[in-house]
Amino acid sequence: MTLTPLLELRDLRKTYRLPRGRVLRAVDGLSLRVLPGETLGLVGESGCGKSTLGRCMLRLADPSSGQILFEGRDITTLPERRLRALRPLMQMVFQDSSAALNPRRRIGDLLAEPLRVHPAPDGRRRPASVIAARLSELMDLVGLPVQALERYPHEFSGGQRQRINIARALALTPRLVVADEPVSALDVSVQAQIVNLFADLRRELGLTYVFIAHDLAVVRQISSRVAVMYLGAIVELGETDGVLHHPAHPYTAALTAAVPRAVVGHPHAPVLRGDAPSPTAPRTGCRFHARCPQAQARCAQEEPALHTLRPGHAVACHFPLPPGP
Amino acid sequence: MPADPPLLAVRDLCVSFPARGRMVPIVEHVSLDLHAGEIVGLVGESGSGKSVTAMALMGLIDSPGVRVTGSALFRGRELVGMPQRQLRRLRGRDIAMIFQDPMTAFTPVYTIGWQIDEQIRAHEKLSRHAARARTVKLLADMGVPDPAHMAQRYPHQLSGGLRQRAMIAMALSCSPALLIADEPTTALDVTVQAQILELLRRLRGTHGASILLITHDMGVVAQTCARTLVLYSGRMAETGPTEAVFDRPGHPYTAALLDAIPPLYGPRPDRLPAIDGIPPQPADRPAGCAFAPRCGHAHETCLPAPPPPVPIGPGQQAACVLPAEGTPLPPRGPMTECTA
Repeated sequence: MTLTPLLELRDLRKTYRLPRGRVLRAVDGLSLRVLPGETLGLVGESGCGKSTLGRCMLRLADPSSGQILFEGRDITTLPERRLRALRPLMQMVFQDSSAALNPRRRIGDLLAEPLRVHPAPDGRRRPASVIAARLSELMDLVGLPVQALERYPHEFSGGQRQRINIARALALTPRLVVADEPVSALDVSVQAQIVNLFADLRRELGLTYVFIAHDLAVVRQISSRVAVMYLGAIVELGETDGVLHHPAHPYTAALTAAVPRAVVGHPHAPVLRGDAPSPTAPRTGCRFHARCPQAQARCAQEEPALHTLRPGHAVACHFPLPPGP
Repeated sequence: MPADPPLLAVRDLCVSFPARGRMVPIVEHVSLDLHAGEIVGLVGESGSGKSVTAMALMGLIDSPGVRVTGSALFRGRELVGMPQRQLRRLRGRDIAMIFQDPMTAFTPVYTIGWQIDEQIRAHEKLSRHAARARTVKLLADMGVPDPAHMAQRYPHQLSGGLRQRAMIAMALSCSPALLIADEPTTALDVTVQAQILELLRRLRGTHGASILLITHDMGVVAQTCARTLVLYSGRMAETGPTEAVFDRPGHPYTAALLDAIPPLYGPRPDRLPAIDGIPPQPADRPAGCAFAPRCGHAHETCLPAPPPPVPIGPGQQAACVLPAEGTPLPPRGPMTECTA
């Protein structure tokens, strides 16, 4: 593929120094390309580093080493002032829709703020009339009535508040939206509305998403590719149904098998033992070998690199599983 | 269906709270039977009243002015209106409860073992030593590695999965006949959730526990519960054998809820069949069917009063006018989602 990635991460690391000399490697030497127009699902269990990675992508957290390229341009060490010019192009939607909205300000005020802070593409400040027009456009885009602009965050349900957060993220017409568990706090019936909204907006606005979630079925619904993270690294990456239906990494296989399916009489999957080890523990070899049902001697010594297994499907495993039927 | 009387028989349970000078019904006319050794699922979205139902059964709602009516017979004894002194003897020994967040169920200042010992000794005359022996055995039964050592740890030193196992151990410490589990796996990762669900299924055999499992996750219900009760806005929408409820739902809400779950396998729909709108607030519940404003099948007969539950199949009931009007929902069919 010769397409310039919208976002590229090269050997990215984010480590946190903890008391007593311990080091937490939240993102541990990770490389990834996000192509324009795609939706990349980022899945993994709590503590795997997916949220830290999402924050590093947008330089909301500074990586410890490695490179971040946005539209081919290295932004890893770009000073905050120059980064600000790029901020409109990369936006984030968070899980907790009420924590993300100032409870004391009206929705219209909250949505207008990015439009006031950032100059228009011509470098000038946006006049109030332009901002007002944009606000009603945004309400329309996310399926809320214009009257909502006059109201306060607590007057809305969780699903409506998430629509407001999405509207704010879209205010400056970004190219990349990183959504961190945007539907996890919502009930199923409302979750489906918001997942549909994400899909509609991508089609209408040509957006690129990094969609971070732990729910594999939600990720499958929205994503064109999926990256599976375990302890700070990608263990499997590829086209969505290829990864989820024919997992090559034993961890992905365990993860998909553990999802409780809404199908009565579905056989119970063999259960993965134990918890993920602490990200502060020193490791050797494959990061999954201690829990892996297929682990062999080599796995304890040598770390497998993410390598291409077949076109559009990469795995970091010495003994990848054969593709299923 | 077992012939002996149910372990727990709930009839017309209603819970109302006072608000702005009037009583607001939160839970209305919930009825359910739980037989010995059975796992029954109580499902619904947030605000559907599933936790309030459980708390009312346990006599744990003590906010001023709350009104609990109806009946809940546990082994023939009435729980509704039972004095707190009697309830306290029942709770922990005969009926135990586990919660979503084990971190708040344990006190942070004592070890796990200390807290389970205390629970045992509150109900049984046992020496400290004998209580600890049982605690360690229980932790081992729950799959806690190195249980003697784990008993000496504080809650914050355990992972989420281990804490949940410790809480289940504490709940089972006096071999209760009934375990009420309120979203026991919601805070857990999916691989750990699978471990805890397996544990709950196993408990039925090893500890003879009957479980009322409260959850919002239809997948958890399908994998765990023999029978299911679906709540919507504080009212029963549907109840029946889980397989019947999933394959031949009689209430449009049940069907819509199942349809809204994105499939992990099979064809990927272009758009998810979402349910428009949100559930009504308890104070603004419509006079008729609470789901009518969001229901694709709603018509004028749905509006005057909440439809009563009507039998639609063996052991299955739906609170909907469609079956009686001769236009029941078409079956969803077994396995609408096929394995790859």
